[in-house]
This record gives sequence, C-alpha cells and structure tokens, in this order.
Amino acid sequence: MTDTNSAADHQLRVGKIRNGTVIDHVTGGQALTVLAILGIDGSSGEEISVGMNVPSDRIGRKDIVKVEGRELSQEEVDVLSLIAPDATINIVREYDVAEKHRVERPSAVVGVLSCPNANCITTENEPVDSRFAVLGDGVRCTYCGTLIREEFADHIEVE
Amino acid sequence: MRHDHVLTAKQFSRGDIEAVLDRAADFDGPTGDTRHTDSVLGLLFFEPSTRTKMSFETAIKRLGGDTIDMGSVDSSSVTKGESLADTVRVIEGYADALVLRHPKQGAAKMASEFVDVPVINAGDGAGHHPTQTLLDLYTIRENAALDDLTIGIMGDLKYGRTVHSLAQALTNFETTQHFVSPESLALPPEVRYDLDEAGASVEEHTDLEPVLPDLDVLYVTRIQRERFPDENEYRAVASEYGIDRAMLDEAKADLSIMHPLPRVDEIDPAIDDTPHAAYFEQAHNGVPVRMALLDSLL
Repeated sequence: MTDTNSAADHQLRVGKIRNGTVIDHVTGGQALTVLAILGIDGSSGEEISVGMNVPSDRIGRKDIVKVEGRELSQEEVDVLSLIAPDATINIVREYDVAEKHRVERPSAVVGVLSCPNANCITTENEPVDSRFAVLGDGVRCTYCGTLIREEFADHIEVE
Repeated sequence: MRHDHVLTAKQFSRGDIEAVLDRAADFDGPTGDTRHTDSVLGLLFFEPSTRTKMSFETAIKRLGGDTIDMGSVDSSSVTKGESLADTVRVIEGYADALVLRHPKQGAAKMASEFVDVPVINAGDGAGHHPTQTLLDLYTIRENAALDDLTIGIMGDLKYGRTVHSLAQALTNFETTQHFVSPESLALPPEVRYDLDEAGASVEEHTDLEPVLPDLDVLYVTRIQRERFPDENEYRAVASEYGIDRAMLDEAKADLSIMHPLPRVDEIDPAIDDTPHAAYFEQAHNGVPVRMALLDSLL
C-alpha cells in the first residue's frame, strides 16, 4: 500500500472535510502540539479530526489533523515546520484538495514565538517583532541569542 | 575595521581585531591627535557605569570630539515611558555615533535597527560587551600572545557579559579556554553553542586548582551578590572563586591576571604589586582601544 493510499484511507476513516486544512505527515505523537500551535483546544466548537500514530511508508508513524473551516496562514505553517518538518498541508475547498504543499523550514520565524528570556529586549514595550533564526535543531532569538530546542508550543504568539 | 554597528564580539574577524589593536597601539600615549573635531558621541547609559563611560568620553575627547550625555535614567524621558527605539531615534539627530549601555539583552541590536549612525554596544544585560573584549585582547596581546594561549576564565560565567564576548572573540585565535565556575553560574547554552560551532577548544571546571599551573592568563570576574537569594550561599561561592597570593605558587611565573573591574574580594590586593597583576593596565587600555574603534567608525 502506498503512503498516499494509506493517507487517503485514514482521511476517509475520520471523514472528509468540506472546507479547511488537512495537515498530513505530522511526526507521530505531535498532533496535539499542532493543535496547540493553531490555538485550538475545542472550546470554540471547532470541528477537528485527529489521527495519531497511523502507519506511513514515508515517516513510519504519522499523525493527521483535519481542521474544518480554517486555512493555515504562512506564519502558522512556518512554526509548524519546526515540530513537523515532514508535514504536508492540504487546503480543501468544497471537498477537493485545492492546494497541496509541504512545509519548508524558513530561515527565520518573525512575530510567531515569544522569547522565553524575560530579560530580552523583545519582551519590553518596544516596536519590534520577535525574530528567531531557524537552526538545524531549534531556533535562536536574533536579539538575545536564547536557544529554544523543544516545547515550541509553549512559546507561540500566533492567535 | 569598518562596521556600521558594534553589537557583539561574534561579528569580529581576526583581521578586524588585529586592525583595531594595531591602531590602538598608535594611540597608546600622548598623541595630540584631533582628527575628529566635528564628531559628537551620544552616551546613552541606562545602567550605571564608571570605566566604560569615562573611557569612551576620554577617547572621543582625545580625538578632538565631544559628547552628549542623556544623564541618569531617573532624569531622562525614560521615566515618562519613552521607548528605547524612540530615544535612539531622537539622539541620532544630535550625535554621529551612539554608545548604549542597557539592562536588556539585545537592546543594542534592536537600537541598531532604528538608526543610521553607528551603535556601539557598551553592555546589554547579561549579553555582550564587545568593546571590553577589544581592550581585553589588547592587554592579553601585550602580556602574552593571542595564539598558543591557554586562558582560564573564572567566576560568573552565566551572567558575565564580558566573558561571553571574550570567549567568542578568542575563537579567532589558537587558544584553549578553561571555564571555571560553580555549576549554577556555568556558561549559558547559547555561548557554549557558539564556541562549539566555532570549533573552539573548551573545557569546563568547577575548581581552579587543577588547571591553574597550565594558564598563561587568568581572567577573573565578580560573582554578583544579587544572583543568590541567600547571603550565606553567596559568601560560600564567592570565597571559593577568588585567587590569593599563596595560590600563585602553583602558577606559571609569567601568568597574567585580569579582571574587568570592579573587583570585590575575588583578587587578593596582595597580588596588586606583583608582575601578575594586569587589571589596572587593562582598565587603562580602554582609552586607546576605544580611540582606535571610534576612529574606524566615525
């Protein structure tokens, strides 16, 4: 069975969405972090489907997240790339995949993560966005140099 | 060296450093040089400073220029809630370069994004202090050498901005760096990351004794009281990370001891009159080195 067919099967298992985003090939076990990045906790009545640790030819085990009625912004995709570097984003319109693309690691993420260093100038009331350079194994604040290598969701600024 | 801004020691190449140190040697002594009579240096010190501020003032005046000074934070528009970004944009209109000391890390980097005149980082919180590093390197070069150097750096390595800048700059040279501190004040991960990226030869220790005999230079920094919630804990740590005259029996005869000053108890005053003491010479070197730096920027 090909990975594509596998994904299709699993997508069918949790039902198609009409309009929204299917995030496929999320690293196994990271689906809940993806939801955290998107600021989704179910409290607003969003229609969400999650498949976790399903077989994948490409990455072994993967998670799938389907979000009805929401298309991801580029900023959200940027941050997603940090925890789900193999993810593919399918934008669905009227039950069809209108756009499909893999996330790409940007060289920097701007205005997305807040710096965990309370003494960083970006935590002050200054007219600058946070800016993190993306490294091979994490991100680094461009201003104070602080490294973040895990728990990215704890530092998300995106609403 | 020609950079628009001086923000971290990481931006220095070996050539940059050697150019400034060579030029500093020309300024080290009476020069009567007034090549920057039209230059005005803006001093923005959001934290108290004695040596750094006065040496910058002396340096620009010896080059024929002048300073404007925003004064203490208490008497400035900062108390009215003005942002740093606005402050530097205003002073940019008055001065040809800005010297910024600020308690927040990354302050100089941010300031540099709002102005066209050079910003010189004169210390940003626990971040960096690149001009201190230039005078440290000048002093090391005068007393030892910058290659084939074994240097010990002891004290508060976590919050010590002079340490962070010096360690990064030394990666341009053939050096072995021994870092000595209590575990709670060891090098922060981001500095260690830079050293590893640069392929530096680095060892970390909690005790000076085993490495002291190997050192050409011992760079001592002050352990700050405010880093410890408990006074007794501070005293125990502070007394452990100092050096006294008796300990020098184990050191090389030509060991140079340095300190960015002010010191408290970490260097026994009995060392002051020995050939090992390089810290007052180090402070003196702030002027020619900053003259050289300003001359290259203005």
